[in-house]
Amino acid sequence: MSLLRRFSSVLLPMFGAMALSACGINSVPTAEEEAKAKWADVQAQYQRRANLVGNLVATVKAAGKQEQDTLVRVTEARAKATSVQVNAQDLSDPAKVAQFQAAQAQLSQGLGRLLASVEAYPDLKTNENFLQLQSQLEGTENRIAVAIRDYNGAVQAYNTRIRTFPDAIGAKLIHGAKPMTPFEATTPGAEEAPKVDFGS
Amino acid sequence: MHFAPPSPTPPHPFGLSLSKACPSARRDHGRTHAIVLLLAFLLLALASTAQAQTFPKFDDKGVVDAANILTPQQEQALSQKLIAQKQASGRSLVVATIPDLQGYDIADYGYRLGRAWGIGDKDSNGALLIVAPSERKLRIEVGYGLEGILTDALSSQIIRTVIAPRFKAGDMVGGIDAGVDAITTLLALPPDQARAQAAKAEAAARDSQDDGGGIIAFWIILFVVFFILLPMLSRARGGRRYRRGGSARVVIWGPGLGSGWGSGSGGSGWGGGWGGGGGFSGGGSFGGGGASGDW
Repeated sequence: MSLLRRFSSVLLPMFGAMALSACGINSVPTAEEEAKAKWADVQAQYQRRANLVGNLVATVKAAGKQEQDTLVRVTEARAKATSVQVNAQDLSDPAKVAQFQAAQAQLSQGLGRLLASVEAYPDLKTNENFLQLQSQLEGTENRIAVAIRDYNGAVQAYNTRIRTFPDAIGAKLIHGAKPMTPFEATTPGAEEAPKVDFGS
Repeated sequence: MHFAPPSPTPPHPFGLSLSKACPSARRDHGRTHAIVLLLAFLLLALASTAQAQTFPKFDDKGVVDAANILTPQQEQALSQKLIAQKQASGRSLVVATIPDLQGYDIADYGYRLGRAWGIGDKDSNGALLIVAPSERKLRIEVGYGLEGILTDALSSQIIRTVIAPRFKAGDMVGGIDAGVDAITTLLALPPDQARAQAAKAEAAARDSQDDGGGIIAFWIILFVVFFILLPMLSRARGGRRYRRGGSARVVIWGPGLGSGWGSGSGGSGWGGGWGGGGGFSGGGSFGGGGASGDW
């Protein structure tokens, strides 16, 4: 009798806590915050790239290169890309994410074209300043790729969690959770890094 | 982390053509089929394990020469250098030679390798020098915590001006050595921080012997107190006291114990203590910083 009561006083709260946590009360927001943090990383890395683009354009201009068209296009694409931001709350809206993707893809293309045209100038290719910018751009593209992969992994974990039993119960009833949008390359090769060659 | 890209399906058509090539096997057609199917499955399983990304084992010596470009003596010398570097700066630098990048870009491979090995402590102050001789690629992979010190531009400069020229001349060992020296210079701490680090390392070395034992002894004592001594005491005092004291304690301790264990396994403090090596691996993470090059 007393044994039974003792066990129930120990086990009931434990089972209660376990049952609650199994319904996604905590795990769904945790997964959501994880994905949001990863998204912040993605945006931070794209911002880093946008900052570098300004330096790159200035360096190419200073070298007196006749690439006005490309330079203007890159500058415009950069301005557009930095103006499109996606709040963490809007991540469940595919249209907004797609808009962001498109803007960044345009900048990627412009950058690729600029770097390709610069290949024709040997003096710029051996310019230490330019080489450093190139390596920074390359590192940033790597970081963007990693950040996107981490974000997509977090989104997949979150989306799976809110759609599978038993977390789906808490996700639906308590949090009203909506699936988040993974980051995909919208046009073929849109997320491809501008070709940066170290001139082997 | 287990990456299993969709495996190609060559085994299956191969299996079908095999069964058709044996017209005499009409009688035990079913059995042949079963064997062929089994074979196909085996091949498929083999193919998928071969495709999954695998990393060389990290043994905490600082050097993983999976591509075998160093002699044992050179490896040991490099290992000593890297351990000395780690002790002086508290930052992990690891050299890895990779025989096969398995079709991955070296930047892609590098950050996964760094994460798989967990180079650097929980502040991610680790870096890798990766050399892939068969692809003629090399990379300095920089953990999150060192991105401000070992920047992309500096990494690229080291690769272009220090390592690649020696590699081009065929001097692999000299290139790695010079690269490690150049990175070591960058990772070195300012004098005041260096002194603090040295004092910390000394203190850690002093109680590293009883460090692991201390933790185990702590848990054993805790176990004895809570599960043997307390029940004995309370039983001696009578059942009522036991019921109230005992059960309340268990409820309070349940979550506490759980979180304690969770952080223990996820944390970084233990990684170095047990290995007896350099303590390079402590759960550091990588985000694609650094630079790549070739020769």
